[in-house]
This record gives sequence, C-alpha cells and structure tokens, in this order.
Amino acid sequence: MTTSEAQATDVMPRTRRPGLLMRPALWLALLIIALGAVAPWWMPAYFLGVFTVAYYFGVFAMSWDLLFGFAGEVNFGPTFLIGLGAYGAGLMNNAGLPIPLCLVGGAATAVVGGLLLALPALRLRGPYFGLVTLVAVLLLVDAIVIFASVTGGEIGMMVPSVLSINAAVNYWYAFGFLVISAIILFGLSRSAWGLILQATGQDRIEAAALGFNVTKHKLAAFCLSALFSGLAGAMLTFYEGTASVDQMVDLSIAVQIIIAVVFGGRRTILGGILGAIFLVLFDELLRPIGQLNTFVVAAIALIVILFVPDGVLGYALRRRGSA
Amino acid sequence: MRGLQILIDGFAISSLYGIGAIGFTLMFGVCGVLNLAHGGIMLIAALIGWWASVTYGAGPYLSAVIGIVAGLAASYVTYFLVVRPLQRSRAIPKDEEEIFILTGTLLWGIMIQVGMDYLFSDNPVTLQPLLPGVMSIVGVRTPRNEVLIAVLCWLVIGALYLLVNRTRIGKQLLAASINPRGLTLLGFELSRIYIIVWTIYGLLAGLAGVLLASFFGVSSANAGALTASAFTIVILGGLGSVPGSLVAAYVVGYAETLTAYLIAPTLRPIPALLILIAVLYVRPQGLLGRR
Repeated sequence: MTTSEAQATDVMPRTRRPGLLMRPALWLALLIIALGAVAPWWMPAYFLGVFTVAYYFGVFAMSWDLLFGFAGEVNFGPTFLIGLGAYGAGLMNNAGLPIPLCLVGGAATAVVGGLLLALPALRLRGPYFGLVTLVAVLLLVDAIVIFASVTGGEIGMMVPSVLSINAAVNYWYAFGFLVISAIILFGLSRSAWGLILQATGQDRIEAAALGFNVTKHKLAAFCLSALFSGLAGAMLTFYEGTASVDQMVDLSIAVQIIIAVVFGGRRTILGGILGAIFLVLFDELLRPIGQLNTFVVAAIALIVILFVPDGVLGYALRRRGSA
Repeated sequence: MRGLQILIDGFAISSLYGIGAIGFTLMFGVCGVLNLAHGGIMLIAALIGWWASVTYGAGPYLSAVIGIVAGLAASYVTYFLVVRPLQRSRAIPKDEEEIFILTGTLLWGIMIQVGMDYLFSDNPVTLQPLLPGVMSIVGVRTPRNEVLIAVLCWLVIGALYLLVNRTRIGKQLLAASINPRGLTLLGFELSRIYIIVWTIYGLLAGLAGVLLASFFGVSSANAGALTASAFTIVILGGLGSVPGSLVAAYVVGYAETLTAYLIAPTLRPIPALLILIAVLYVRPQGLLGRR
C-alpha cells in the first residue's frame, strides 16, 4: 500500500462495523447468488437466454459506472470499448485462434482503446470529453462499415466458435463472469483506491493538492473499465456467434447502458446490474406493444431520474442510511 | 465549374448547419443547458410540417409555419416537463445538474424519436420546396430553394444579432450569460429570461428542421445524427460562442461537401469528426470559445 492510499483510509471516518459474517447484506448477496446459480433448474429456457444477455449488459453497466460514478468522466461511448473487445476477439477467432486467446486479445484491444480515450480525458472537461467519446463511437461504426470486407459491415461478423450450444452452460458462463466482475469492481470501489478515484472525479485539483496522483488513478480507471467492457463484449460475441454493430457498437446501446446505471443508481456499481436486468427484461415483456417499448423504457427511466435521481439502489441505501 | 458548385452547395449546407447550431449554443451560453433532444425537436418541426401538407393540403409556406410552431411547442414541453423539474429538484446536487440534464434530455430525445417513428414511420419525408425551379449562378444550375434557404438563414442570423445586441431583451440575455446572479440582484426575473431563450431556441430549431426537410428530407432515424452534428459544430466553435458556431458550421459544411464531391459520399461525415478531434487536442475550448 502506498502512503497516499494509507492516508485515504485515515481520512475515512471509522465506524464500528459488525463482523463480516454478521452483516445481513452479505447473506442477502449470497442468497441472490445461490438463486441465480440454480436458475437453470427452475427457469424456462427462454428466460435463461434473456438473463444471459442481461448479465453481460450488467457488466457493461458496472464498467461504465466505474468511469462515470467514480472517476467522474462523462463517457458517452462505452460501446467504443465494447465494440473494440467484440471485434478484436472476433477477428482473432476468424484468424483461427481458440476462444480463450481471443478473449484475452479482445480485452487487450479494448484496454488500448481505453488508453486512447483516457488521453483526451486528461485534457478535456465535461461536455467536451463527452463529445470526443461520442465521436469515437461514430468513427468506430464508420470504420466497421468501410472495412466491411473484413468486419462484415452492417450485417455483422460471424465467428466460427461459440462458447457452448447448451443454454444452461451459456447461462453459467455469463452468471459466473457477472459475479466475478461484480466482486472485483465493487471491492475496488469500496477500497482506498476507489475513494481516491472518487475524490479525483469530484475535484481533481483538490485531490492533486492532497498529494494523490490524479493521472495514475484516472488511467487505471479507464484501463479497468475498458478491460471489463472489452471482455464482456468478447464473451457476448462468442455467445451470440456474431459481432454486430446494432447489438454492440451502436449509440442506442450506449444510451441503454447509461439508462441502466442511472436507473439502478449511479456510484453504486451493483445498481448497474439491477438496471441492466430491468432494461432487458422489460424489453422482452413489452415486446407485444412493438416499437413503442423503447418509448416506455425511456419514459420510465426519465421518471426515475426526475423523481428518484439516486436510482433504485441509491434510494434504498439512502433510506437505510437515514433510518 | 465543379469548384463553383462545391462553393455554392457548401455555402447553403453550411448556413443550414449554422441555423441548426446557434440555437443550441445560445441555450448553453445563457441557460447552461446542453439539450440533447435538439435533433428530436428539429424532427418534430419537419414531420408536423410535412403531415400538415400531406393531410390537409397546406401550401409550402403554411406547412413551414405550422412546422415552426410545432418546434416551438416541443421546445416549451422540453423546458417545462424535463429541464425545469431537473433544475429545481432538491435531490440533485448542483454540481451534478449538468449530467442529469444531459441524461434527461437524451432520454426525452429518444422518446421523441421513437414516438415520431411510431406515428409517421421512419421513411424519409421531404417538404415541398418553398421556391420551385432552378436558376443559374455564374453558370451553375442551382435550385432556387437552395438560394432561398441560404438567404433566409442569413436574414435570421442578422435578426438574431440585432436582437441580442440592440434590444433591451437581448442585453438581458447577454447579461444572463455573463453573470446570472448579478442580473437577479438588479431585479430581473431569471426564469422569464430562460423562457425567452427557450422561445428563440424553439423558433430556430423549428426553422432549421423545416428547411432541412425541404433541402435534404428528414427521417425519424436522423434525430440522433442531427443532435450529434449540432453538438459537434457547437463544441468545435466553442461552447456558448455564437460567432464560433457559425465559423464551425462553415468548416463542417465545406469539409462534408468537399468529401462528398471529391472522395466518396459515404465518407461524408468522417473528416468533420477528425477535424473536431484535432482541434480539441490543440485548443480544448474550441475555435472561438472562452474558458
């Protein structure tokens, strides 16, 4: 632990917490994980597929929350990182590499993209940076369409391998990936490192004046967010069997990720999972009303940010905190 | 000959972009609001104008006016239903207001886009040209409508200049953009000024939508791209700077026209995006922006 991190833990008010095994939140989390893990035995196969996608979406949302809620960076282009991971992995798979190597390669591509995005983030503020990320997505879409002979263009790129053809196995892959990502990201967000990151997001000058290395923490946040987004994008590609602009890179997907985080509660990491499941499930349930379902989902999210700006999980935590 | 054609087409397109962007930048300069439902409001103006002309046989001028009024109404709805509640909400910390308004207007823009898609489908619609026929400008055949659009855009820009710099209301707007608290202390009602800005904004966005529909044609699928292009122009020129936005509109307009004519129409949007990134690296505040 560096001295700066030790300082941050000292600054934090020390409240006496019950032992780890006595906390109800832990048991609740374990119960939810157990319920999720045995889902293939009681859930209809159709919903297994729905949840599989929702879980990957949950990882997208958590990685976005790390940048937005903690590092304070308005990243309108999470799909830039996801797309790089998905297409990086897909291209390697088409070149004949096995899935595990492709996943590593896809994640590495996304991390390089994350560093590219971090460069302007260190110079630009708020809306200016937001626009650069937006432009990054538009340029990636253009690049995919222009090099259609390699990437499949708007139709999408087929990959020869898939994770599994068994719905339950696919579900477990997604669920395991979600749980591991959630533990790592949530743990980090609650660590001294997460607190410093939050400080740099809220006031970077003051954080720097306190002796924290702002650049190092921001870069690390971008790399982590990119790593998880890219890995999730790559896994989603091998689940679907295709990498496609419509499902992984398009701006509407970026908007859905933002909605998921704001709905679930920003700065909570875990809220993103809630938001992602809500979004994907609702999209399925509202399918009978056709194209209007996007309208209803956007309206619900708008109502949430108007009346419960902390999001569902943030609201619940605040209630408990004040009670 | 081709060079002249690029000059003329580029000029018309750029003036149209300028009109689309100055409302957006004025709104940010005075109210501090980045309205990501901008494309949606232009879309409403275009589609309602088109609907009036198709369903009730309104002439080109009447349908243009109906479209602009629809844009104005959409602007008011955006303000009263989305932006003002967010600004007044006690649960939102002041330093996070900006991101909430961005998210809120983004969601509202999606609702507009999907709603319009549902009502009118996503087929591109084209409004009748305000002036039919073609004329020749130093040997280049140019649609009269294109000339009219360029002239109209510059008349409106001129009128806006006079309004902001020569009238009492305009001076209040300027003061609000420089120091809103000072203006309040002098006894001016800030919320009244905001309503004036949203009115001007609605009229400009409505006009831009209607003219765009009569020039290119507009479909509900364009809403996001329209917002993105206005956002690009405004950031390139410098947030809150109206002259900067006009310069940027011409940079983007000509970059797109040159690419479309000389390289390939499919690459049309790319150079503008690259210029934007390059400018932001060298001058993060945009061309004419202030810090």
